[in-house]
Amino acid sequence: MRVSHEIEITPAAVVLNGQPIATNEQGEKMLVELYRRYVKDYPKFFKMDTLSRLGFIAAELLLQDQPVAAVILANRSASIKNDTDYLATITGENYYPSPALFVYTLPNIVTGEIAIRHHIQGETSCYILEKPEQLEPIILSQINRQSPILAGWCECSGPNTFNAKLQIIWNN
Amino acid sequence: MIYCIGHSIISPLGEGSQANVEAVKAGRSGLKIHTDRFESVEPFCASLFDTPQEFVPLCIRSVEMAKGETDLADPSTIFILSTTKGDQLDLFTPAQSIARHFGNPNPPIVVSNACTSGVCAQITALRLLDAGLYKSAVVIGCDIQTKFIISGFQAFKALSPEPCLPFSPDRKGLNLGEATATIIYTSEVRKGWRLEAGSIHNDANHISAPSRTGEGAYRCLTDVTEGIDPAEIDLLGVHGTATLYNDDMERTAIERAGLQNVPMSVLKPFFGHTMGAAGVVETIIGMELIQRGIFIKMLSGFGGVNAAIRLRCE
Repeated sequence: MRVSHEIEITPAAVVLNGQPIATNEQGEKMLVELYRRYVKDYPKFFKMDTLSRLGFIAAELLLQDQPVAAVILANRSASIKNDTDYLATITGENYYPSPALFVYTLPNIVTGEIAIRHHIQGETSCYILEKPEQLEPIILSQINRQSPILAGWCECSGPNTFNAKLQIIWNN
Repeated sequence: MIYCIGHSIISPLGEGSQANVEAVKAGRSGLKIHTDRFESVEPFCASLFDTPQEFVPLCIRSVEMAKGETDLADPSTIFILSTTKGDQLDLFTPAQSIARHFGNPNPPIVVSNACTSGVCAQITALRLLDAGLYKSAVVIGCDIQTKFIISGFQAFKALSPEPCLPFSPDRKGLNLGEATATIIYTSEVRKGWRLEAGSIHNDANHISAPSRTGEGAYRCLTDVTEGIDPAEIDLLGVHGTATLYNDDMERTAIERAGLQNVPMSVLKPFFGHTMGAAGVVETIIGMELIQRGIFIKMLSGFGGVNAAIRLRCE
């Protein structure tokens, strides 16, 4: 197993392949800032929940033109931030469940968003684990891959509490 | 290759795999029209437990029934939970409670790949055991219905007001369901059912609509049937949610893979769509229905994800 590229995003910092990327904003606003600077032409970004925005931006900066065979992500809090937002739309007198919000109440949607953007018709998998180290054996057991995969931790528990560490991993 | 040691299903149709298989054979369904559950603004048709169940005790009961002689406290055993909403939106803590209840020292793995989770969890077990990382795996699938889920599917206009009609021209949507099921797998060679292959593919098309060409499902089917004559396959367990587009997508994928003449099973009219439990429940029923031969189980879900596995019993 060999890691060729790596990105880490926290609400306060972005580090791509060891190099920090300077940003003006923090938290959710920082993800939008990164979108406006590096992506620009994918308005679907604004429909996404914070978890998907986080994974999307991380994959965007990390992959560039590198094709990958699979997207394997894990986190601890599943889709709790968007679940909480959806719950607010069905609680109390203002009952108005939104299908646009409901679809993001699954933690694997972020893997689907990345697959669509990068035309990845290989595997997409989402695991809920205690900590990032638990993902390693899962990735290792994914044998016989000719192309690299995109894998890592993509965690979001609130608009300004998230962290992602994604890598491009090769089998040789 | 991994081998099935034991299994169990707890659903509104009964306690234990046998009771559930007998219910299916007798044509009994858990589907009912409900007007007074989950503060629903309109009546809905679903397969629900008469008495509301708690997630963790339900899973524990299912594992108890399936475990037989297996030593679940052994460090070479891994617990894998398939669920989409877990216990009140928390997915990891309930998995940990279940594993701890049986004295298992390993942090459990939760697979949350939308409606394909139950098949993906079995694929995860296959890989981890094949890699020699563990000797046995306890694969549990469970989801319990809530106002959260019912309201969301209602907002999606995906629910049929009456019992669902998979692959019918008159189909109106899906019914939700509650169940838990467990399969215990071992890497030790034994007689009976074995899980031979698994495949997961994304459509890379849309997060909430299936691919018109069935691309991901087609790729999963060709992966797990590679080198196998369709005439050798005894049963294809389809997803068959009875939504307009997903049934169409599956038909396209099955035809593209040349499997249109394979006998098919569709279980949603009995259990409803049990979400994280579906892949485990439907795998067990398929194995019990045919008793021997080659069984392919496929599923697809939100996020554009598709999965299939191949099981065999000689």
